[in-house]
Amino acid sequence: MPAIATAAPATSVPPPVETVTVKVNGRTVVVPKTMPDWQGKPQLTTMLQAARLGGVEIPHYCYHDKLPVVGNCRMCLVEFGTPVMNSATRKPVLNEDGTPKIARSVLPYEPGTPRGAITCATPISPGMEIYADSPATKQMREAVLEFLLINHPLDCPICDQAGECKLQEYSVQHGQATSEFVETKVHKPKAVDLGPRIMLDDERCILCTRCIRFTKDIAGDDALGIVNRGSYNSVAAYPGRKFDNNYSLNTVDICPVGALTSKDFRFKMRVWFLKETRSLCTSCGTGCNIVIGSREDTIHRFEPRDNAAVNSSWMCDSGRLNYKWIGRPDRLRDVGVRGERSTWSAALRELHAALAQAPMGSVAIIAGARQTTEELYLLKRLAERFGAATDSVPRTGAADGFLVAADRNCNTQGARLTGIWSGTMGAQIPRIAEGIRTGKVRTLLVFGEDVTRYGIGEELLASLETLVVSDILPSATTRAAHYLLPGCAAAEKRGTFVNVKGRLQKFLKAVEAPGDARPEWEFLSDLVEGGVSRKVPATLEGVFNQMVREIPAFSGLEWARIGDTGAAVPL
Amino acid sequence: MSFVIPKNLEAELDELATHYPVKRSASLMFLHALQEHFGFISNDAAEWTAGKLGLQPIHVYELITFYPMFRQEPIGRTQVKVCRTLSCALAGAAGIREHFCRKLGLDPHAHVPQTTPDGRFTVEFVECLAACGSAPVVLVNESLHECVGKGQADEILARGK
Repeated sequence: MPAIATAAPATSVPPPVETVTVKVNGRTVVVPKTMPDWQGKPQLTTMLQAARLGGVEIPHYCYHDKLPVVGNCRMCLVEFGTPVMNSATRKPVLNEDGTPKIARSVLPYEPGTPRGAITCATPISPGMEIYADSPATKQMREAVLEFLLINHPLDCPICDQAGECKLQEYSVQHGQATSEFVETKVHKPKAVDLGPRIMLDDERCILCTRCIRFTKDIAGDDALGIVNRGSYNSVAAYPGRKFDNNYSLNTVDICPVGALTSKDFRFKMRVWFLKETRSLCTSCGTGCNIVIGSREDTIHRFEPRDNAAVNSSWMCDSGRLNYKWIGRPDRLRDVGVRGERSTWSAALRELHAALAQAPMGSVAIIAGARQTTEELYLLKRLAERFGAATDSVPRTGAADGFLVAADRNCNTQGARLTGIWSGTMGAQIPRIAEGIRTGKVRTLLVFGEDVTRYGIGEELLASLETLVVSDILPSATTRAAHYLLPGCAAAEKRGTFVNVKGRLQKFLKAVEAPGDARPEWEFLSDLVEGGVSRKVPATLEGVFNQMVREIPAFSGLEWARIGDTGAAVPL
Repeated sequence: MSFVIPKNLEAELDELATHYPVKRSASLMFLHALQEHFGFISNDAAEWTAGKLGLQPIHVYELITFYPMFRQEPIGRTQVKVCRTLSCALAGAAGIREHFCRKLGLDPHAHVPQTTPDGRFTVEFVECLAACGSAPVVLVNESLHECVGKGQADEILARGK
């Protein structure tokens, strides 16, 4: 591409990547000599990484891309071979057919026995051959699994991990059909109350130490260790010390077996019944990527989803557990017109008529910075029609230096880029209150905020001619509404958020909203259709694609091409 | 009971920690010294060690639980360690330990070290004391008793503090 070549200075051309050629299961694979380790620093490429690049996943427990390598589970042992070198000439010895002669690695004191290497910690060398499926490799895996299962309670029918358990999966794929173990199993502590959110079953633990490394090296809370000796080894916290940091539930995710379980999810749902939906956490401006596990319109858990640009593989406990409000019984379910239950068609018809009579400058809009970018865009279009003042409500807390951002709104930047607020968020709210007091503002639209808590009290709301409120849960503002339009939680609709670093990410719908509640963008499209003389696309994709044509920061984006990890937009 | 480290012991341990390139390496020496002084390693002692060496208490606790000879409970003033490795076992170590236990009112079938309620004696099995030629042997505090019979066992108990 010549245009790029002339635009970029010569120094920015990356140096050619140094490669190594190896064979994986007989197939030649060219891999980079170094690859990023858990901290992103280049390290010699390991056999496990090379095999993965060659399309072969080597089974492993203790190895995790984002954690330091310890090599203690031995599950990733494989047989391998290296080229034979002539000791005098330092040249490879060739077979008769001209191919390099390969020496299979064997025990030095027992040359008939293959010597495996743990692929997670062994760097590749030129010409190395990795035998990920050889009989010797299979035998090693069987033996390792047999040892791991010796003291395992085999209580899969009552174990929460069943269905997503590596011990189960590898036993099926690589283990023996029957156990030869006839001795008595060692009993270890069960139902250990490790912390407020974590329950530990030491009998299920295979001592991979992923949890210990996570909490030490990622969460920075060196709280866990292995106590006792030999077959009594158990993961534990110091007596009396609770494992309670705000990232503790990530250990449940990375635990390859059912040893660490979430108290919130424990015994609630078999994982194979869960529908998994790609979504976003809405608890702060970081926008951690999540997978929502739901069944029959009930959310059972949030789990982090990998995104190197946002949350790596982690999320905080407070965000993870912040989903119960979505199923609260007092959710707004019905459309309301002046306190009476109504229907969408009747309410919107009446609302159109009311808005049609509103003079320029008599309307104000307060839109929560937790609405989707598309909704905020439609609200801004509505505001332009009436020359309305718009603003959002700032919401802040302490940042923790890891994932939790100081900004507790999940779409502050989306609200700014769509023009809902500028300068200082929330600065317009006192002016809007003053406008209501002086009678200049006669119509107020509130989306997803309880404005009585931010300086627009109930007596001011009562003096309005028209108060349109859309929300999810009841509040003093929703009780004062003339038109109450029940909306959706992020898990109940599709849309995008822009996080604090300017990453636009999309989320999908996991569950149905209760009652008559509808995604806000749907009825906002109706309102904009009636209020401004322009067609609004009927689909969310269409609304998004229209929005990106009008907002310069989003130019070039397209719903279908955002992908699962989002796109960076200039802030 | 508040946890007090004598000034001279603390000074000695502070100096000891300087012998190691990494402070953590002094953990075992700290624990030995504390057990020698207090007779056992309390949670207070473990936490004090962790604080001194810049560790989390769990790391010290890992060590204490790894080595059976680190004690987490107070022990008697007279420690009776009966060897149970091969030669002593063949020469009747089990009977000797049972004799000690019965005399002191302890459970002869318990596997763990037992201490009399008055805090005078602790009786336990230990592995080889390296005196196989004169089995069965018993280590009472720091002194080795060889070819121990029931009579000698009674003498040990009579002399106990």
